[in-house]
Amino acid sequence: MYVAVKGGEKAIDTAHQLLAEQRRGDTAVAELTLDQIKNQMTLAVDRVMTEGSLYDRDLAALAIKQARGDLMEAIFLLRAYRTTLPRLATTEPLETDALRIIRRISATFKDLPGGQVLGPTFDYTHRLLDFALAADGEAPVPVPADAAPLEPCPRVTALLNAEGLIEPDLAADDAEPGDITREPPLYPADRAVRLQTLARADEGWLLALGYSTQRGYAKSHPFAGEIRIGSVDVEIIPEELGFPVCIGSIEVAECEMINQFKGSKTTPPQFTRGYGLTFGHGERKAMSMALVDRALRARELGEDITAPAQDEEFVLSHGDTVESSGFTQHLKLPHYVDFQSELVAVRALRAEYDARRRARSGEQGEL
Amino acid sequence: MSAAPSPLTAGQQARQRWIGILAEIPLPELEAAAAALPQQPGYTFLRAPEIGSALIRARSGGTGSRFNLGEMTLTRCAVRLDSGLTGFSWVAGRDRRHAELAAVFDALMQDPALSDSLDRTLITPAEQRRDAARHSMAAKAAATRVDFFTLVRGENE
Repeated sequence: MYVAVKGGEKAIDTAHQLLAEQRRGDTAVAELTLDQIKNQMTLAVDRVMTEGSLYDRDLAALAIKQARGDLMEAIFLLRAYRTTLPRLATTEPLETDALRIIRRISATFKDLPGGQVLGPTFDYTHRLLDFALAADGEAPVPVPADAAPLEPCPRVTALLNAEGLIEPDLAADDAEPGDITREPPLYPADRAVRLQTLARADEGWLLALGYSTQRGYAKSHPFAGEIRIGSVDVEIIPEELGFPVCIGSIEVAECEMINQFKGSKTTPPQFTRGYGLTFGHGERKAMSMALVDRALRARELGEDITAPAQDEEFVLSHGDTVESSGFTQHLKLPHYVDFQSELVAVRALRAEYDARRRARSGEQGEL
Repeated sequence: MSAAPSPLTAGQQARQRWIGILAEIPLPELEAAAAALPQQPGYTFLRAPEIGSALIRARSGGTGSRFNLGEMTLTRCAVRLDSGLTGFSWVAGRDRRHAELAAVFDALMQDPALSDSLDRTLITPAEQRRDAARHSMAAKAAATRVDFFTLVRGENE
């Protein structure tokens, strides 16, 4: 437990001045603009928006600049700002079927309607440092446009659905989904609450847990059924109008994992699903989220819960960056009183221990 | 709010279209259109531009039950023109001026004396530019379509 302390205002102010100076760095170097961050650090912006749980590219760019590029700190800043906003509306569910695709791939079917669209990907790059970027690079070669337009890209899972070989995912009920920003999480959590928690969770945490399921800590044998990235309209139904209107569009990355399931007493053998969705081009996060979503469905599917990734309280309560970094970093706060009492206790224990040892060696000496 | 969707009237569809376009128009275009109005409209705020958030819903698997993905910033505004027409706006982001002008144009578009010319000079050109940008992006994406060939592996089996 930490205790309140007084004083130190001057030192704290000066420390923050030093922070500002270090943030700015060498003033002979041009200052970074928010437009530069927004346009050239797009994946950092995407991650801060996703885990900050607020889609606003300008604010995420500001947070990144203010945090000196520390994305977890930037996420904290965005979350803190989010709490100041009145909630004006709840959107209609995103129609990701109508995503304006910039990337769409499937690892399960080679030839699928709509095709495999690689889009802007790091895949198949050689991961060799490109020193042309270190020099003042020329403008990149313009991308050719394909005359043949993109065909509609139906969901891969819909193809399997046609054969009845995958569990359907239907809008089963119209129950209001729980909202962890308003109600504290209770366990067991339903899937809506799990997905909201995973969508805000730290990418590294989900990546590691997802990886653990691939390595055998929960048998889920996943396939990347489909990964889609693109922009989608966001609609609300204002009370004043009574019909849906578009307020703008956002970019999202979506992943559907397809997993083997050998069936249970009540369910025939079939494929099951895990779902991941993030703001921006958060493909790796969406994949990780889908793996963990599937692992957390163990209870619902009657699977044995044997692995950390299947333990929902463990997974959901340790994945939030703001909570985990807050609780870890609170250890920096003064724990003087706490520590003093521990010190007294350890001194007393040590004295007893030494006394016992002396007594024992005395006994041995007599033998 | 998910009552059985009844088909929209032609008037509602038209308004739905222009409200959506006004939300995505770059602010300089709106300012230019406002400056080019033959007569500057007088108006009062029914609701001054207000910045807040919208809770973004999605569905598991894209088709399943709803869940809350996160939030986005949203600015809304409502105006009443001196003529009595009211206009509303809901615009992604935090631009109060954008929300104000979008609400004004929503009201003006309901004025039969103005709607045709505004549609011609503001709404339709903005829609065309938006669609052209989307087509251009889609054409670039289409150029990255790939055909993978499956190779036969191994001699035995």
